[in-house]
Amino acid sequence: MVSPKPTIQVQDLRLAYGTKEVIHGISFDIRRHEIFGIIGPAQSGKTSLLRCLNRTIDFTPGVRLEGAIRVDGEDVRQIRDVFGLRRKIGMVAPLPVGLPLSIYDNVAFAPRCAGVKARSELDGLVEHCLRQAALWDEVKDRLHTLGTKLSGGQQQRLTIARALSHQPEILCLDEFSIAIDPVTTMRIEGVLKELQSSMTIILVTNLVQQARRLARRTMFLWNGRIVQLDASDVIFSEDPGNRQTYEYVHGIFG
Amino acid sequence: MTDGPTNFIETPFVRRKRRAESLAKWVFLAMSFAMVVPLLLILGFLVARAWPALSLDFLLDPPVRGMRAGGIWPALLGTIYLVVISLAVAAPIGILAAVYLNEYARDNWFNRLINLAVINLAGVPSIVHALFGLGAFVLAAGIGKSILAASLTLAVMTLPVIIASTREALASVPRSFREACWNVGATRWQTIRAVVLPNSISGILTGVILQVSRAAGETAPIMFTGALFFKAVDRGDLFAYGLLEQCMALSMHLYVIATQVPGVPEAVPYATAVVLLGAVLLVNATAIAVRVYMRSRKKW
Amino acid sequence: MTEIPPMPAAGNVAAPVPRAPGRPRWAVVGERLLEWIIRLCGISAILFVLGIFYFVFAKAAPILLDKEFSLTEFLFSTKWYPTSEINVRYGTLALTVGTLAVTLLAMLIAVPFGLGAAIFVSEFCGPRLKETLKIVIELLAAIPSVVWGFIGLSVMKTVIEKTTGAPVGVNVLNGGIILALMSVPIIVSISEDALKAVPDSYREAGIALGATRWQLVYKVLLPAAKTGLLAAVLLGVGRAIGETMAVLMATGHAVNVPTSVLDPVRTLTATIAAELGEAPEGSNHYRVLFLIGVLLFTITFVINLAADLVIRGIRRK
Repeated sequence: MVSPKPTIQVQDLRLAYGTKEVIHGISFDIRRHEIFGIIGPAQSGKTSLLRCLNRTIDFTPGVRLEGAIRVDGEDVRQIRDVFGLRRKIGMVAPLPVGLPLSIYDNVAFAPRCAGVKARSELDGLVEHCLRQAALWDEVKDRLHTLGTKLSGGQQQRLTIARALSHQPEILCLDEFSIAIDPVTTMRIEGVLKELQSSMTIILVTNLVQQARRLARRTMFLWNGRIVQLDASDVIFSEDPGNRQTYEYVHGIFG
Repeated sequence: MTDGPTNFIETPFVRRKRRAESLAKWVFLAMSFAMVVPLLLILGFLVARAWPALSLDFLLDPPVRGMRAGGIWPALLGTIYLVVISLAVAAPIGILAAVYLNEYARDNWFNRLINLAVINLAGVPSIVHALFGLGAFVLAAGIGKSILAASLTLAVMTLPVIIASTREALASVPRSFREACWNVGATRWQTIRAVVLPNSISGILTGVILQVSRAAGETAPIMFTGALFFKAVDRGDLFAYGLLEQCMALSMHLYVIATQVPGVPEAVPYATAVVLLGAVLLVNATAIAVRVYMRSRKKW
Repeated sequence: MTEIPPMPAAGNVAAPVPRAPGRPRWAVVGERLLEWIIRLCGISAILFVLGIFYFVFAKAAPILLDKEFSLTEFLFSTKWYPTSEINVRYGTLALTVGTLAVTLLAMLIAVPFGLGAAIFVSEFCGPRLKETLKIVIELLAAIPSVVWGFIGLSVMKTVIEKTTGAPVGVNVLNGGIILALMSVPIIVSISEDALKAVPDSYREAGIALGATRWQLVYKVLLPAAKTGLLAAVLLGVGRAIGETMAVLMATGHAVNVPTSVLDPVRTLTATIAAELGEAPEGSNHYRVLFLIGVLLFTITFVINLAADLVIRGIRRK
């Protein structure tokens, strides 16, 4: 079988906040249109990794970055149009952040920033994204109420809709389920399975079973190092070939 | 209190402790009110003395007979001119400076220097601002003693008021909102305009209102840069002054009739003081009301 | 690495709209321009402070080169005869002492009352009263200095003449009381911030050990907040030294080294305000008044710098 060309290549990435190094030189590839799971305990550098990817790490003072991250072959640190890069990558944060704008404006925010003005285009896009995020039916009658007034699960789907609104090629989800109930989580997981056909998805999760359900390949990150990276079937099997992985996945430590 | 079978019986030691506690409380209460009560008495006294002279005519009439009778219209109008122009200069600079300090500046020596400059700008005595205005705007820039020069001096002086409250307002917008915007590819300015500014508008408004109150009350900075003892203005004339002319001002007028003009009937300076005070306190009360109202309808 | 399961067929969820056209060029350029303006506004504070020093100093500088003028005399002589025909003297010591006397008296009144009020507001009173008191203090801070001066000149003057029997009611005492009332708000608000900054865990620990609130205040909170309180006092001093109109009207306007609180004095600020109007532009008198401005600028600069360092020290902790 021909392995697809990698969308994201990370090479020997090191990241330090001041003098404290949090990622100690990791390398891996993410392929086109796969769901790539990243698991690991808190403080192991998962969120920092995502922030390097879309360069929002730039906003943190005192950061040192070494190595290379290539998205579609381009090193993100050399990219001049950093906003274009961020539009290519959808990002969903752990806690849902509904911007204090209406539901409609929340979703239309990114396209507007990118220069889409026509009302009809925006209308279509908003509806499309809200449908993709399985939120349309619940909010279609109150698109102009505040996004912050939605329930936690709805807000999280709103942030997913927002992340989809600039039609990214890569979607990153950072522990999206920690603030929402299991039923909503299952709905969103269904959404992700559908989206997989049109985009690459990076799923950072602290729920081991979630990665098992969704990801084709899973990376176990611990203290800024890759412990194991393999197909999910292997990682979550009874014999992943690595003692630490086995213990973490089966809840013996972590 | 000591009734019933209990181990917690008040020993003399505890009783002493409790007395000290309530004594302390009352002393501090008295200290707080020691500032407030005499002040209210004084304000009441001012209003009582001013009462005979206060009327709508007092506001709208020009002073007559060597400022010993008549009203305060030219001074009131001059103050409005000064405030509006200084606001037009200070508000944009102050707000953008606060945006820079809160949204763009990183924590390095240069920006610490800017912080220090803002603090010092607030601490420079008003009379030194007057000297600066005289040296820079009146003489060096060649504007001459005028409304413009006085307004610019006031603007520089009140800049820190706007910067401080705008900054506080910007800082209270959660960082997660900004991150959410950056994540979808918004530029810094798009983030600021779409999310940060709209959600800190109440704080910015408060700062602007406080600037107005400060500028309206100041005397020293305008004394040598554009305020005038007397100018004949028609009753209720709204366009009495040109930008490059000198004008009367309420604060200056109070100083003049209280100290420089002999034989002014007592009620006139009292009434002038009450008008100035009333205007300033009204503006401040508006700022407080804006704050309370906006707090009650916060969006997150 | 083991075999990867095959990819699912690409079920196309086509987007209904074309990709974003990108922002027009003018928007990108305009934004960059705006960001430069924002930066410039940020820097403006530095420019203004430098400008203040430069313009005031430039007007004062020629006097320093004048052979007749002695800086020692300027700082340490009490003889202030700027308009004398035969014996012109520019000694500001009496003015400096006047400023210090009024400031000192003001602080003697304002510091205990300000700290007391801050402690009451932050530790002893309920939320409603607290809100009210803070609003009152805010309004107190808003009263214009010329109105304070007028209060000193009209109300306080009569009160002082009646109660103390002093010949002139506008004097150090009058100015001190007025300045105290003027600097109390800043002392209260900064002290309250300092007390608020003491972690609640200290309070809880104190209460758990059976301390009353009063014991908590003077054994735990005051020591913990002492640097912040120092900053509050410094800022109060800065405010009092720089005040112009109120002391111009309330301290009696006599160049005089005071021997009692009932003596009239004149301060540095009041001297500039009173004499600049009459001094011919470019004369030595005019320049000396600007030099007093430089002196005032320097004093308040040092005080504000000290207060800032103190506050910054707390934050770092």
